[in-house]
Amino acid sequence: MNWQGPQVGELPGGRLHLQHGPIDLVIKAESDADSLRKAYAAATLRFQTVLGQLAAELPLLRCPLTGETLPLAASPVARRMIAACWPHRARFITPMAAVAGAVADEIRDVMLESASLRTLYVNNGGDIAVHVAPGENLRIGVVPDPGTPTQMGQITVDSGSGIGGIATSGWRGRSFSLGVADAVTVVAPSAAAADAAATMIANAVSVNHSAVRRAPAFSLDPDSDLGDLAVTVGVDALPTSLRREALDAGLHHAQGLASARLILGAVLTLRGETRICGPKAGYLERLDS
Amino acid sequence: MALTDTHLTERSAKFGAAEGNEGIIRCDACPVLCRIRPGRSGACARYANQDGMLVRTDPVVLLQQAVETGQSLVPFAEGAIEWDGAILNPARTFVTGIGAGTTYPDYKPAPFIVSQEHDGVDTVTVVTEGIFSYCGVKVKIDTDRHLGPEAAAIRVAGEQVGHVTTAEYGSQMLSLGGVRHLTGGSRKEGNVTCDTLLRLCNGEAVELTIDGGHAVIVEAGKPPIVDGKPESRMRVGCGSATVGIFAKQWLGQVDEVIVVDDHITGVLTEHQAGRVLDMRPAGIRVRGRKSTPGRYFQVANPGMGWGGTDITDPLSIIQRIDPAVAWPGLRLLLTSTTGEDAQWCVLDKDLVPQPAAMPAGVRTVVDRIGDNCEPSVCTVLFMAGAGGSLRAGVTENPVLLTRSVQDGTTRVTLGGAPAMLWPGGGITVMVDVTRLPKNAFGYVPTPALVAPIEFTLPRALYEANGGHGAEIIPVSEVVRTFGGAARIEPMPLRNPWPLKAGG
Repeated sequence: MNWQGPQVGELPGGRLHLQHGPIDLVIKAESDADSLRKAYAAATLRFQTVLGQLAAELPLLRCPLTGETLPLAASPVARRMIAACWPHRARFITPMAAVAGAVADEIRDVMLESASLRTLYVNNGGDIAVHVAPGENLRIGVVPDPGTPTQMGQITVDSGSGIGGIATSGWRGRSFSLGVADAVTVVAPSAAAADAAATMIANAVSVNHSAVRRAPAFSLDPDSDLGDLAVTVGVDALPTSLRREALDAGLHHAQGLASARLILGAVLTLRGETRICGPKAGYLERLDS
Repeated sequence: MALTDTHLTERSAKFGAAEGNEGIIRCDACPVLCRIRPGRSGACARYANQDGMLVRTDPVVLLQQAVETGQSLVPFAEGAIEWDGAILNPARTFVTGIGAGTTYPDYKPAPFIVSQEHDGVDTVTVVTEGIFSYCGVKVKIDTDRHLGPEAAAIRVAGEQVGHVTTAEYGSQMLSLGGVRHLTGGSRKEGNVTCDTLLRLCNGEAVELTIDGGHAVIVEAGKPPIVDGKPESRMRVGCGSATVGIFAKQWLGQVDEVIVVDDHITGVLTEHQAGRVLDMRPAGIRVRGRKSTPGRYFQVANPGMGWGGTDITDPLSIIQRIDPAVAWPGLRLLLTSTTGEDAQWCVLDKDLVPQPAAMPAGVRTVVDRIGDNCEPSVCTVLFMAGAGGSLRAGVTENPVLLTRSVQDGTTRVTLGGAPAMLWPGGGITVMVDVTRLPKNAFGYVPTPALVAPIEFTLPRALYEANGGHGAEIIPVSEVVRTFGGAARIEPMPLRNPWPLKAGG
């Protein structure tokens, strides 16, 4: 097979770009030059085998999680995916819901093992693993509508926030969604946890209405882990009451995840309307919506 | 946009395999092996299924020849073909290798084999992106400043990516990349080298450090920045040449001129130029090794001071002043070869040079040295050997391609830019990276650079030489099927039209 191997590049601003098949990582760390070299080298080395390992376990990772027995996966990234999705199994979920976040977490952790870094983010197409040393902080902009990239606000991550990951899901994103949210952004202790939760909250922002067009997942992607579930392919104008109903359903789900300590906060948006779930004082208050 | 051309449809077999009867293609670009339905892209969004063909979503670049100056494309009323408001005339469109993709293994035909008529002759251009392990860049830096000793290692992020090579007149030369740094050293050395070459070729600035020398930021077409200081001028010539050029203009205004230069420092009254003007010997002996009268080698060490030397106090260049020859009141000018540094002195009664305000007439001549210097720029030439199996994608009989390139029948362009062909065996080419469209270069993790390359030759010769005749697509077809999706760029006016013989 003449597959393209992992691509390694440097982006302006001292960022590292790792790309292999669907995985596209933009990484930036702050530290001294020697630590940066070590951390970027560690990320590049680990990245060589990430996609190959995932591809080898795709059949397992595309199976819905049910029952009481945790599936056993071989690769560390696959284990992260299963662990992050496991608490959500009361509803339909497969480990694929956390794939992007799990890859980001894995790369962040190998970088932190190799060197001491002041700040670090590993951005895997919008699902971001972060690390902030005491006394430092990292600001992440929140853009609710990918079509009109204007920043709604910022999430400031510091070492006391407990935030290890930020992820966004929505029907416009690159993964299928059962719901109608434009974007659900979640902050959680890990990127994999945020990724899984964002998927589930976005799925919960749901209504049945003729303005919502859906199609079976397999009709779009024959290999989709969602099988014959109806995924959103278009959302026309929704009545205001339904929009609010959908958002409130999502908010309710998010609050449940927050009280179970699975997430630290969430921002839900649908056609300009927003819901925020999270502690009253803290990082999410710093969003100026 | 329906892709109907049968040749184009056949191309899909090179990249993916049809599966079942629902138009699904299995993409084999990466281990995920996505099965992609028509009209959708794979998980990476880089490959898509367009009506049963697996296509790259990165656009191929078409160069459009403008008939008038200016950036805008010039539409043609006659025979024009419309695409979303943009009009492309096939007769004036050149398909470049940028974004064309590669085929591996190479024995498969190149991604595009395009036929086009030029001056009544049916020509074929074979368009591909080559993967070059044997490649590098030659950098010319117009400065006399000492950057580092010849053969010194050049490093990026601590890794050696090349070396300082033979200096040229007014310029320092660097040789970067090459197969030994790309694949002959550590993996890191290879990756850093590949990244350095890629950035330089795509017109980005790269900071290089030279062992035993200095740090220089190189960007194609821009002045070099040496140890944080942007360079503005090339020297007008060596110190001796400067004396020769300006001797007559100094006559009557000065008694002696010393032009400080790392290569040859010139002393006016000793120099042939001063003798011819009957100037009185001044008796000021400079340091260094005398070459011929008024011309001195090695007056100081190379450095960041005057004229590419390490001199910062110009009077330190004077070894002694002969009291039997010099006289009080002698007017002495010291200048560098760019006119950036200059000092006016008058000898006092003890024959010690005393700095003084420079007379306006002398200042005019010093300024003229600067005016005659050309702007200092970095030029980056990409150099690569296309002699490998890449040729098999062009023709079934590769040596015939090599020979026809060598005898000039087949023209080689890179992204439409003319390539200098190094005589002798193989297809070794050099191209000025600023003449290619933006971001024309890529890389593979081997590591090696990916560069567009096009071979243009008469169709009859192509077919006679064992070319992939069945793969030839008319350019009109490429324009019709890819025009809407391609990146369309105006042909740089300073490049000759790639199809033109002798261009």
